[in-house]
Amino acid sequence: MKPVLEVTKLTMDFGGLRALDRLDLIVQEGEIVALIGPNGAGKTTFFNCITGIYPPTKGEMFVYPNEGHPVSLKGLKPNQVTEKGLARTFQNIRLFPNMTVLENVMIGRHCRTKSGIVGAVIKDKRTRAEERKIVEDSYTILEKIGLTRYVNEFAKNLPYGAQRRLEIARALSTEPFLLLLDEPAAGMNPQETKALDALILKIRSEEKISILLIEHDMKLVMSLSDRIFVVDYGKKIAQGTPKEIQNDPAVIKAYLGEDIDA
Amino acid sequence: MSFEQIKKSLLVSLWFMVLTFPIMVIRVNTIYHTVEWRWHRMFGVGISVFVLSFLWRYLMGRKEAGLKRKDRGEADILSRSQKLLHEPRFTRPAVIMAGAFIIAFPFIFSIYQTNIMITALIYVVTGLGLNIVVGLAGLLDLGYVAFYAVGAYSYALLNYHFGVGFWIALPIGGGIGMLFGILLGFPVLRLRGDYLAIVTLGFGEIIRLVLENWNAFSFGPSGIANIPRPGLFGVDFSLREATIYIYFLMIALALFTVFVVRRLQNSRIGRAWIALREDETACQAMGIDKTKTKLSAFAMGATWAGMAGVVFAAKTTFINPASFTIWESIIILCVVVLGGMGSAIGVIIGALVLILLPEYLRAFSEYRMLLFGAILVIMMVFRPGGVVSEVRQTYQFKGKGD
Ligand SMILES: Nc1ncnc2c1ncn2[C@@H]1O[C@H](COP(=O)(O)OP(=O)(O)O)[C@@H](O)[C@H]1O
Ligand SMILES: [Mg+2]
Repeated sequence: MKPVLEVTKLTMDFGGLRALDRLDLIVQEGEIVALIGPNGAGKTTFFNCITGIYPPTKGEMFVYPNEGHPVSLKGLKPNQVTEKGLARTFQNIRLFPNMTVLENVMIGRHCRTKSGIVGAVIKDKRTRAEERKIVEDSYTILEKIGLTRYVNEFAKNLPYGAQRRLEIARALSTEPFLLLLDEPAAGMNPQETKALDALILKIRSEEKISILLIEHDMKLVMSLSDRIFVVDYGKKIAQGTPKEIQNDPAVIKAYLGEDIDA
Repeated sequence: MSFEQIKKSLLVSLWFMVLTFPIMVIRVNTIYHTVEWRWHRMFGVGISVFVLSFLWRYLMGRKEAGLKRKDRGEADILSRSQKLLHEPRFTRPAVIMAGAFIIAFPFIFSIYQTNIMITALIYVVTGLGLNIVVGLAGLLDLGYVAFYAVGAYSYALLNYHFGVGFWIALPIGGGIGMLFGILLGFPVLRLRGDYLAIVTLGFGEIIRLVLENWNAFSFGPSGIANIPRPGLFGVDFSLREATIYIYFLMIALALFTVFVVRRLQNSRIGRAWIALREDETACQAMGIDKTKTKLSAFAMGATWAGMAGVVFAAKTTFINPASFTIWESIIILCVVVLGGMGSAIGVIIGALVLILLPEYLRAFSEYRMLLFGAILVIMMVFRPGGVVSEVRQTYQFKGKGD
């Protein structure tokens, strides 16, 4: 097994608040890893640090692309991180509301294509071919995610569950090898959550993409994950298989606030 | 008409009567030291406000009903009228008629009218340019007129010093405009929203102040005169012919602008601009370089302002900094906002309405600003998306639907 993401001693301070405290985390190729912890534990901050939205105070972050050398994520801008092959979704949905569903996915193709202003104006053969390819590739992704019936709808008019899936579709279209999902099941009903479970497994098996997800739905986390990391107050308090985590006293304490056998 | 509503309207009209009392009722005659009380005017205000408040309530009710219908997924009247704009049965004759009118215009109407039309067309071009920055990329730029000034002075100075002709100055003006777009874009890359608006406003003023005070370079407030009108293989035009020539030149430039903006809008770059407007963080996280995208929007917007500036200098044959005040930026911004951000047709309609209406409503010129403000407020309440809302390209796929 080879790692795809390796984070060591990641620390993030917001003024006096230490949101992440020397956090270590590894995702192996083909794994589904869950990052869990109470609200305010620093999970989203962790995503924001590795995707270049916040510069971490300290620590190392490396990704290992399918071919080529390991790449340090330190100092990269968010778009550069995405180019390296990391894609993410947001806890509070951040679609492009006044663009169509297809266009939202087409945006993801931006960093894998290159026509410029001149090409757009003269519409030469290469630009037209590339544009056609963007549309086709994006549609294929919508087919996989099961959103084709909304293809020409504005993203803002989609039902909530579909919006969450569209975020995943958009992330996939950037051709990542590691997908970061921030609470993908938040606000979904039980059927939608079940469909999401199947979708995440399908993405891993068919697209050969490793997945790191933040989630509060314990049923989903336990059924999906190969390994789980638990954080509280920015510190890692446990890591292991779902079974190990379920019986870990430190985890139970963090979630319930006191000893379980009291 | 319930009792509640009547009571509310009565209160509103009473409020307006009190509010307008000093200006509408009292008139002080300073020569005879008498005060005239015009009570009848107060009743006029009261009655009209009373009626208008009912009209207002009716319109608001319709608007809400429309929104509710939209929630239930029914097409509303407004979006049906929008569809009409894309119905070939309707558009083709409309385009032919508009084309015939545009070609015949300078031959039917006087030079004066043609000149007004040229001004309107200049606003169409600058409006479409600013639409790239504000409407598509969502960057509120209040100093846009600076690029217009740069274009105009480029032609005037190049001509003064080196005798450069109009046709060579036109692309150069566009190029220098673009250059300034990038130069001014760099420092404001990190700003958004209100902060961006304030800083660009400052830049616009700086350019104007430099032109006003750097006498050795720009001849200060006295400006530059005797700028030649555009030529055509050395043909000597009369004033009338020259005006008609500029008119058609402006039509061509406007059509060219529409063509380019439309193509950009539905291209890879155009989508990146819109994504930037919709959500800057998500846009970056999806792999779009924010810096490049912002700069390209500033540069493209400024290019059109530069070219429009060259035509402006050639049309008036005289320029000075007074033509490039903040007020111009505001009008161009109004054109974009009124017409519909992100829509080319909307911007054209906006430019024609905002520039032609005041010209033909000279009789009401005292109330011009008042009307201007009222129209904008009413627009923002009832159609915040502008006259023509943005329409995105749709795609058809075989076997659509899952
Ligand atoms: N931009 C920020 N500035 C200051 N504090 C922040 C910022 N982002 C997050 N925090 C703080 O960091 C802590 C972790 O937040 P977050 O990562 O969102 O938690 P989680 O996603 O685990 O619920 C919280 O205390 C939060 O208030
Ligand atoms: Mg969070």
